[in-house]
Amino acid sequence: MMLYPTMSKQKRIWLLVGYGLAVAILLSAPLFLSDFRLNLLAKFLAYAIVAIGLDLIWGYTGILSLGHGVFFGLGAYCMAMFLKLEATAGKMPDFMSWTGLTEMPWFWKPFNYAAFAIPAGIIIPMIVALILGFFTFRNRIKGVYFTILTQALVIITVTLFIGQQQFTGGTNGVTGFQTVLGYSIKDSSTKIFLYMVTVIALILVFIFCKYLVNSRFGRVLNAVRDAENRARFIGYDAARYQLFVFAISAGIAGLAGMLFVLHVGIISPSMMSIVPSIEIALWVALGGRGTLIGAAIGAIAINYAKSSFSTAYPDEWLLFLGGLFVVVVVFMPRGIMGLMHDGVSRLRGSFIDRSRNDQNFQKEADQS
Amino acid sequence: MDVILLQLFNGASISSILLLISLGLAITFGLMKVINMAHGEFIMIGAYAAYVTQNIFKSMLPEKLFNYYFVFAIPVAFVVAFCIGYLLEWCLIRFLYGRPLDSLLATWGVGMILQQLARNIFGAQNVAVSSPTWLNGGWSVTEGLVLPYKRLFIIALVITVLVMMYMYIYRSHAGRNMRAVMQNREMATCLGISTRRVDGMTFAIGSGIAGIAGCALSLLGPIGPALGTYYIVDAFMVVVLGGVGKLVGTVIGALGIGMFNTLFEYWTTASIGKVLVFACIMAFLQWKPMGLFTMRSRSLD
Repeated sequence: MMLYPTMSKQKRIWLLVGYGLAVAILLSAPLFLSDFRLNLLAKFLAYAIVAIGLDLIWGYTGILSLGHGVFFGLGAYCMAMFLKLEATAGKMPDFMSWTGLTEMPWFWKPFNYAAFAIPAGIIIPMIVALILGFFTFRNRIKGVYFTILTQALVIITVTLFIGQQQFTGGTNGVTGFQTVLGYSIKDSSTKIFLYMVTVIALILVFIFCKYLVNSRFGRVLNAVRDAENRARFIGYDAARYQLFVFAISAGIAGLAGMLFVLHVGIISPSMMSIVPSIEIALWVALGGRGTLIGAAIGAIAINYAKSSFSTAYPDEWLLFLGGLFVVVVVFMPRGIMGLMHDGVSRLRGSFIDRSRNDQNFQKEADQS
Repeated sequence: MDVILLQLFNGASISSILLLISLGLAITFGLMKVINMAHGEFIMIGAYAAYVTQNIFKSMLPEKLFNYYFVFAIPVAFVVAFCIGYLLEWCLIRFLYGRPLDSLLATWGVGMILQQLARNIFGAQNVAVSSPTWLNGGWSVTEGLVLPYKRLFIIALVITVLVMMYMYIYRSHAGRNMRAVMQNREMATCLGISTRRVDGMTFAIGSGIAGIAGCALSLLGPIGPALGTYYIVDAFMVVVLGGVGKLVGTVIGALGIGMFNTLFEYWTTASIGKVLVFACIMAFLQWKPMGLFTMRSRSLD
């Protein structure tokens, strides 16, 4: 599999060295990080996965979904239901009896089995995405209209989850997990294992997406982004491509949500509402749209900053985050990766390369 | 019979609030294609403007004048939101024309900043605006049917704002310039219209109307820094449903969502009702993907 078919051999070697180093650092992190820090890093990596998923649809296909919090949350709830039932040994969870249910609802029952719960965490978000996508892309509802509809999806899902608290745990969400597949969730060794699972999931998702965007399929996605009608006139069914990539992106978000629950131990509606959903877009924009690695870097960077500053300076943090939205959009539309690319070009003195990229980006920006 | 009338009135009341909130959006989104996620914060600004006006009346003016503070609060809210809107357009929005998704993210950031500033100035706690005494109570139509004056007042306010906007957009010189710029920017420039000034004015008016909406919302309950976020997505749905570019679309969109919302919530629960309304909107968009009313044009892309 050629990941970078158009790149010079020398550049490709440097890139592979860079990726190799990153993977080596991630895999050896348990050796030099404390349990607490490792858990944090694992959470950031789960966020990085959802950011890569969003980049696939936003950066490469030009569709901004603000509904990824929901897909993330659905995946997370699937895993949480499984863990909850494992903690209660298949009996009815406590919050249900508080709200007066006498019997476990039917849709909770299959979540007794990991073989159902884990695929469901990916497939259920995909189904929701397919339904929403089918009814929107088919009618060429796109651009900001689609974005607003995804945001409405977030609102109604959150209202539904809070409103139907006898089934979902309401605003408190689902928590109180003990074991995962028999191993205590608080054990250091389990944590390291789950961390490794997350790293591997991140690498696999990254390679999968990289493969996807460099394939013929990815070229069509770019064509749809840059000139949807032209792609349609050539004979591509743009709606089908958009639908497919939206579903994949939702599935990736669901996977990230499942991993998130394993590390954090709780999922509640506030973690999938409007604000987290739009923050995912900020991670991608900061890292650099249309560069998968940038999305991951953006997610890790912002969440690292958040965990370092938001508790000590909550007010300033919100001002900073708000300012970051503005600065990223106005001053660095190509994100960190764009800046890095410029830096490298400048070092080499090859300004031609940079100006060409700027022009390309400008074109994209004009059309979106 | 009373129940039906009451539900109808509730629907009309919700519709009027939705309409007041989305009228500003209909201008900024519908005419300028800017997704102003900070619209909710302009509502919040308007509400706090009413709160400050109330406090000034309370502390500085004789007590018998207090009842009239709300009459002053509405223009004050409009002017404050108008000015901040004009400033925002000048500093930020004008760089984002033609990039709707970017404008969405940037204005979301602005909204976060405005919310945080409100929290710093007024505190994170909700504050209450005491409504003037002449708005307390209600009009008892029959034995079991009492229509609160506050709600009636808001409906009247919406109609007034609507008429004024209609006059401005369709019957005034400035409004004609505005429509010209939105329909064909290059041609309008050639004919000597200052598009910069028109853009600034249009955005500021949209923001100002959000301020009036905030003022009205302060009648209905306590206000807080996050006041606007509850309404913003609903308001966008109104504009999407109604279609962009025509006021009448927004009116019908707001009426539709408000009425159906009340109806479904009456039949089912609040959360299921919201889901049903969303499903109806999606179903409707299958039939008319661009909303109820659209500006016809032959251009593609």
